[in-house]
Amino acid sequence: MRIPILKQGAYLIATVQAGATDTDFLRLREDLLAMVGAIRARGVIIDVTALDVLDSFASRSLKGLAQMVKLRGADTVIVGIQPEVAFAMVQLGLTLPDIATALDLEEGLLTLRERECERKGRTHGT
Amino acid sequence: MAREARVAINREPDIIVARQQGRDIAVELGFSSGDLALIATAISEITRNVIAYATRGEMTMRVVQDGTRRGVEIVVQDEGPGIADLPQAMQDGYSTGGGLGLGLPGARRLMDDFAIESTVGRGTRVVMRKWMK
Repeated sequence: MRIPILKQGAYLIATVQAGATDTDFLRLREDLLAMVGAIRARGVIIDVTALDVLDSFASRSLKGLAQMVKLRGADTVIVGIQPEVAFAMVQLGLTLPDIATALDLEEGLLTLRERECERKGRTHGT
Repeated sequence: MAREARVAINREPDIIVARQQGRDIAVELGFSSGDLALIATAISEITRNVIAYATRGEMTMRVVQDGTRRGVEIVVQDEGPGIADLPQAMQDGYSTGGGLGLGLPGARRLMDDFAIESTVGRGTRVVMRKWMK
């Protein structure tokens, strides 16, 4: 099942469904990388609210995805990690130190906007 | 309650089936949502090893009782190449398959009981249990 990607302005929002497989995650990576270029996206949000498990494979996919998107000039924010999923991830040893996270979609969009402002500030030398 | 689940682990989507079935049994028993996530994540890690290293295996899950304690027992068995150095494989960050090396040691942290036996050339068997609090 392909993970749907929505375009909202200069941002892309991918909503991961419960039961997404390894293949779905790898495909999401390809799809997002292509779309970031196609629509000149400045930010990507991965919404994992529906996931009851975020295991080491999924975490590694998301980390790789965020790094690749960054190399294409856009930011990534993971939103909606559920409390029990967060608990299981930390027990497992997954902490995603290099990835931006936010509570939900709303906070995620705010994070992306803030980052964009910071970036603009830097380019203009202020 | 004699609920049991048996899932063949041969293809990657079987990982999702295994953790869903495991979750269903744990829900019926009345595990907390926190424990459900721990159980499902452990199943995910261990069955993924089957796909990554062995390609063929099976997960069985059943309800177990120890005195007044009730819990679930998950057995994941494969006919893969086996693990030559088990102590090393149980260390965080060690992987021969390009993974993060968190699967085995991580699953042990997620569950209450964890046992692994492996014979090179024959396969690997993981038995893990989670008890209701």
